Amino acid sequence: MRAATHAVRAACAAAATLAVTACGGGGGAGGDRGAVLSSSWGDPQNPLEPANTNEVQGGKVLDMIFRGLKKYDPDTGEARDMLAERIETTDSRNFTITVKDGWTFSNGEKVTAQSFVDAWNYGASLRNNQRNAYFFGYIDGYDKVHPADGSKQSADTLSGLKVTGPLTFTVKLNQKFSSFPETLGYNAFAPLPRAFFDDHDAWLKKPVGNGPYMVENYTRGSQMSLRKWEEYPGPDKAQNGGVDLKVYTDPNTAYTDLMAGNLDLTDDVPAAQLKNVKSDLGDRYINTPAGILQTLAFPYYDERWNKEGSEKVRKGLSMAIDREQITNTIFQKTRTPATDWTSPVLGKDGGFKEGLCGEACEYRPDEAKKLIQEGGGLPGGQIKITYNADTGSHKQWVDAVCNSINNALDNDRACVGNPVGTFADFRNQITGKKMSGPFRAGWQMDYPLIQNFLQPLYYTGGSSNDGKWSNQEFDDLVDKANAETDPAEAVRTFQQAEEVVRDHMAAIPLWYQNGSAGYSDRLSGVKLNPFSVPVYNEIKVG
Amino acid sequence: MGRYVVRRLLQMIPVFVGATLLIFLMVNVMGDPIAGLCGDRECDPATAAQLRREFGLDKPVWQQYLTYMGNVFTGDFGTAFNGQPVTELMGTAFPVTVRLTIVAIVAEVVIGITLGVVTGLRRGRPVDTSVLVLTLVVISVPTFVTGLLLQLLLGVKWEWIRPSVSPEAPFDELIVPGLVLASVSLAYVTRLTRTSIAENRRSDYVRTAIAKGLPRHRVITRHLLRNSLIPVVTFIGTDIGALMGGAIVTERIFNIHGVGYQLYQGILRQNTQTVVGFVTVLVLVFLVANLLVDLLYAVLDPRIRYA
Repeated sequence: MRAATHAVRAACAAAATLAVTACGGGGGAGGDRGAVLSSSWGDPQNPLEPANTNEVQGGKVLDMIFRGLKKYDPDTGEARDMLAERIETTDSRNFTITVKDGWTFSNGEKVTAQSFVDAWNYGASLRNNQRNAYFFGYIDGYDKVHPADGSKQSADTLSGLKVTGPLTFTVKLNQKFSSFPETLGYNAFAPLPRAFFDDHDAWLKKPVGNGPYMVENYTRGSQMSLRKWEEYPGPDKAQNGGVDLKVYTDPNTAYTDLMAGNLDLTDDVPAAQLKNVKSDLGDRYINTPAGILQTLAFPYYDERWNKEGSEKVRKGLSMAIDREQITNTIFQKTRTPATDWTSPVLGKDGGFKEGLCGEACEYRPDEAKKLIQEGGGLPGGQIKITYNADTGSHKQWVDAVCNSINNALDNDRACVGNPVGTFADFRNQITGKKMSGPFRAGWQMDYPLIQNFLQPLYYTGGSSNDGKWSNQEFDDLVDKANAETDPAEAVRTFQQAEEVVRDHMAAIPLWYQNGSAGYSDRLSGVKLNPFSVPVYNEIKVG
Repeated sequence: MGRYVVRRLLQMIPVFVGATLLIFLMVNVMGDPIAGLCGDRECDPATAAQLRREFGLDKPVWQQYLTYMGNVFTGDFGTAFNGQPVTELMGTAFPVTVRLTIVAIVAEVVIGITLGVVTGLRRGRPVDTSVLVLTLVVISVPTFVTGLLLQLLLGVKWEWIRPSVSPEAPFDELIVPGLVLASVSLAYVTRLTRTSIAENRRSDYVRTAIAKGLPRHRVITRHLLRNSLIPVVTFIGTDIGALMGGAIVTERIFNIHGVGYQLYQGILRQNTQTVVGFVTVLVLVFLVANLLVDLLYAVLDPRIRYA
């Protein structure tokens, strides 16, 4: 392999000295449309089914081989119709969906209304163990196919889904949810071909979808080769010949491979390399906002954090954190100090409101000290920030946050980090309500909607409400916003709900996380979408 | 001899059961793995319960262990959380690691023993001193430093090798990682051989052999080296198991998808089935390697007999 590439390079160099010819095949201003690029990858944690993939690595693949009713614009995050011809509703509860004609899966099967309904029923059914099943929780009949208590399901299909024609189906929700159509760009809502149900094992070995790429070869745990699907009917055709995803255990190795010219793209630049990245890659390093917000959550089941005045303590803690300094020194500006509870990728119209947090998110050590005293002091005289130590180098920033708090309060023992060995154990302690103080909470959006930054996290009983915060006013405002048919009004109502979160400082927003990537000089047009996944189909090679 | 082997094989059974039980308990102590499967959010309780049932995690530990061991004897090592059978993972991981280990062992034997003989015969000369200093340096530098340094120099600066190994991991790509993996052991082998040779050089049988007028190379290879190899063989034998399981660091640096990689990922995701399965096989490798070493003693030193 190595020797061969060298020979080619040498030949190219020789050719270049003789005559000005483009090397590497096709060539031309638009790049080589047949050329394949290689990109770093991680082994997906769960089987690669659309409703079973909840992390970025599996999401990368689904993004390439599937297209759903909607697709989020890689630049603005706006949900645009992809396979959807129309999605109509009069009451924000009953939706009629018409699928565009002329779409097929890469094995030739037509994409019909049935392809969607079958896929959604599969995703929702308890029997199939799909990690993203709760996405179908808004659809009528979910409690029958997925009983919350884990008892035997009494139905196999969602009663809220009805196929009314080859290309039309209706969806009935169990509550009003005006932004439901905007959620349909999420991977869990992708259509599935019959092959998925008929020969499931074979499908998992070589997934078949309806996106711009198709899987040519998949060696689990090490590599996946995706090639351009020439007959792809959509508007966003692949601009390159394909992508080879290579599994790297250590992002440092991927970075070294990029330096040595063995890899074209890595979307996980390790923290240790951030200092060198500018000199190594120059403008071939991108660092753009992603829909990720890091916060500190609190255990509201612990009465010491849920009593009169404890919001003052939380606010004080927030004001004791020097976000600017930490993001500059520890994260080399790959994170931005947070000033609200959403993300800049939503845009102003989408609900992002810079400065909504106000002075509570600014570094004011003196006021912080005063507020904490007014609120009755730190529970137990000391707080422990719990985090998992196995991934994501959380230790550094937790220590820095504690340092900042200690300095602000003039107390060396006010705050200490409390590492937990593995992520699974960390999650176990959270779900077992064993937290005694603030803990790390990261939120990566599922879809670019302000609803997704608020409801799952702060709504009573929300799927990711780890601190078990509960507030009637907030819940009412969310319900009201969901029932609102005018999108702009809905966003405004969500922002009012966000203000409730602010007034109680339900969680301390820390920083917005950016996605970063480095790429080789063979590539152009590289960018990351709001989910920090490279937009592969727009990359040009050569 | 035959009876000795049978006795040793029988002794393996309690060691095997004890080792797997310990690993099983250790992985279990880390807690419920299901919680880690849903990212930064709570798994919905119904799905979590279903998954627990599917992986047998809802049963008491002793029952889980018995079921697991029962399955192992029928060749079923269970399923990893990503839906892949553990035997399939082993099928891809072990050949790679075996190749890596072979490279490492060959390097240890060829380079280590040669250097050991040369220095042992020239004790106190400049060759001996410089090799001694060199081994000291190698022993004191951690593997990940050697690995990263070689990767950077050979892979990025001079472009002699690929910094990472391709998924197929053929022998030629594994030479540098194999040497890195072997480096520390290699230094030990050199030192062991050197001491042993230097000691045996003055022994009676060597003097007799020389007195008989045997050619020098014959004295060294047939008489001196053969007897001096016993401690070295013991070391290399135990090293096989250590190299296979302990390649985590090297495999990470060079992105080799072998046993170390699977174990690392298994531990991170608290995947009992993967970890116990791989460790079980490693325990077996370790036991068999030790048995072979003991049998080799008799071949090397005719004075040793097994009844």
